[in-house]
Amino acid sequence: MIQQAPHVGLFATCLVDLMRPTVGFAAAKLLEDAGCRVDVPMDQTCCGQPAYNSGDTGEARAIAKHVIAAFEGFDYVVAPSGSCAGTLRVHYPQLLKDDAAWAARAEALAQKTHELFSFLTDVLNWMGGEARYDATATYHDSCSGLRELGIKQQPRTLLAGVEGLELKESREAEACCGFGGLFCVKYPDISERIVDVKTADLEATGADTLLGGDLGCLMNIAGRLKRQGSAVKVRHAAEVLAGMTGEVPPLGEGKNDGAED
Amino acid sequence: MEATTRQFTGNARQALKNDNLRAALDKLSHGFPYKRLEAAARLPEFEALRDQSRDIKAHVLENLDFYLQQFESKVIEQGGQVHWAKDAAEARDIILAICQEAGAETVTKSKSMIGEEIAINGHLEANGVRPVETDLGEYIIQLRKEPPSHLIAPAIHLSMDQVADTFKDKHREFAADRPLDQPRELLEEARTMLRREFLAADVGLTGANLLIAETGSIALVTNEGNADLTLTLPNTHIAIASIEKAVPTLEDATTILRVLARSATGQELSVYTTFVSGPKRPDDMDGPENFHVVLLDNGRTQMLGSEFHDMLRCIRCGACLNSCPVYGAIGGHAYGWVYSGPMGSVLMPGILGLEQTGDLPNASTLCGTCESVCPMRIPLPAMLRRWREQQHARRLTSTKSRMMLKLWAMLARRPGLYRAVMGLGVGFMRALAGGRGSLKSLPFAGGWTAVRDLPAPEGKTFTALWKERRK
Repeated sequence: MIQQAPHVGLFATCLVDLMRPTVGFAAAKLLEDAGCRVDVPMDQTCCGQPAYNSGDTGEARAIAKHVIAAFEGFDYVVAPSGSCAGTLRVHYPQLLKDDAAWAARAEALAQKTHELFSFLTDVLNWMGGEARYDATATYHDSCSGLRELGIKQQPRTLLAGVEGLELKESREAEACCGFGGLFCVKYPDISERIVDVKTADLEATGADTLLGGDLGCLMNIAGRLKRQGSAVKVRHAAEVLAGMTGEVPPLGEGKNDGAED
Repeated sequence: MEATTRQFTGNARQALKNDNLRAALDKLSHGFPYKRLEAAARLPEFEALRDQSRDIKAHVLENLDFYLQQFESKVIEQGGQVHWAKDAAEARDIILAICQEAGAETVTKSKSMIGEEIAINGHLEANGVRPVETDLGEYIIQLRKEPPSHLIAPAIHLSMDQVADTFKDKHREFAADRPLDQPRELLEEARTMLRREFLAADVGLTGANLLIAETGSIALVTNEGNADLTLTLPNTHIAIASIEKAVPTLEDATTILRVLARSATGQELSVYTTFVSGPKRPDDMDGPENFHVVLLDNGRTQMLGSEFHDMLRCIRCGACLNSCPVYGAIGGHAYGWVYSGPMGSVLMPGILGLEQTGDLPNASTLCGTCESVCPMRIPLPAMLRRWREQQHARRLTSTKSRMMLKLWAMLARRPGLYRAVMGLGVGFMRALAGGRGSLKSLPFAGGWTAVRDLPAPEGKTFTALWKERRK
């Protein structure tokens, strides 16, 4: 039992860091609302998936060690992404299992690393604060979070407490969006066909908003929706849960949209 | 079959333009995966059976020599013959020699992926023996001179209209204006054609879904009963199977059969499940006088004990194809050789070599659906990643991609420098977007913006803002 407020190291993830800082602040707010003390180590960059999934295990190991050293002092490590949390939780121990100096440290970090929504509900037993968001939304289950970490109900439980928000399930909620990290730029035409299944499926629900927990997938889906001229809004669920939707427009939207390129 | 695995991206581009294929694949991905889920839900012990099936095959692979020898001696005891083929060429020669000894003109064939792997049809034809596929899907693609595009539904890429056109083109003895727009009509016509072939055949060639060591039996599953006619009517039956098909006992075979059809099509069992033990016995009413089993290695013993060992548990159900988003987009032919989908992308580099199959392990989002549906719980995404590791280690990836990766990884381990460089990049993108929320194109990001807009960054990085606001 941790007597004081649990000390959480927020692993923002590289995409949130670069593209959507509001998600980082939303995650920090949710963690603080749930009673945690939050810090953001400035040593963080990326979990190393681009190297790991490209077969460069040497670099992946080096980056893993860097992340472990930066975060192992915290009670918990939390990331607003199932994919990056999964890398720390599932893949670091595999990457470093034969490294005598690092195997135990990787395992220890894995044990205390969590994806944001599952940490709030499963670990802290926190069921959400006060937030309002008027929308009919559908939720996209990102692959790694769903299949590596078993994240399915947790974000829905939290979102159920948001006033004004109606959640509609889509038939293909669990289908891959075609992002796949570097896959989507290596094989853009295959990725396009896959994301089109996703966008058609979510349009079929009649929802006006798509929510999810992984920025990579959300940027892919939002980018495709924009290209298709769709009006469906896309947001990271943390923005909605933290009541921070007023601070940033939906993904891919801006105040001068519609102006000529 | 000539492998076009090296032309994967071109193959895929062609496939994506094919509207007939798209309609067929949409139907597939909205059919089998849901039927599988329903079948699994009806059987409370389904997950436990997956564990048992995995354990059975894992045990077999640890003791493969023992079970194969046991299988061989049982087959011989029952009057059959076992032939060992180390590669496709040996298997082809063995089969041709048996056909020639039998004086065969016509060989009926039930569906066999190993038959495809060793390209037996072309070899028989080249040597004056006529092979006739008797599985409806295989029969159709044989008429069209196409390879199969799915493990269990070889003609899944075709529409009914295309099949009707093929029949009208190839079956010239029927009235040209006969109706062929109902499945029943197509089926009746194929049945009429095939019935004579079954009766005329001198040799029947089948695959084997399982080799049962304790009884020396092969197990065959079909939905059409064509394997039964193939193996009982001619005087000689040849079964071809790769060596990893062995299981210890009949009990083990039934455990695996309980997950096979459910995983494949959502059926509890295939319509026909047949166990064959040796040639016709004196009291048998029918059956072949000669029974041969050809056991194929073709790269399996190389995989045994390697980091791709677990792939040898595969029972070719097709569940990973049915639910793979990439297979669902491009179909089976784009993969360029006999197998396709996640199992094909793991298996084919092992058989053809990684130099020939560079794209296959990479053309996956690693979404993990394949592993989640695999009845044998094969860690397919982890093995795709292992092939990528080998590509990287053997320098089979492009110099450009290696350099980009090195540069990025160097930055990722130097947070100060990373922050400076990324901060500039993010600021540049923000400036480029102006007041707009997304970018239609971006230098060096053509792979992204070819098919989708790039949501613009907010402007500053999270770490920079956190430092400003919180410290």
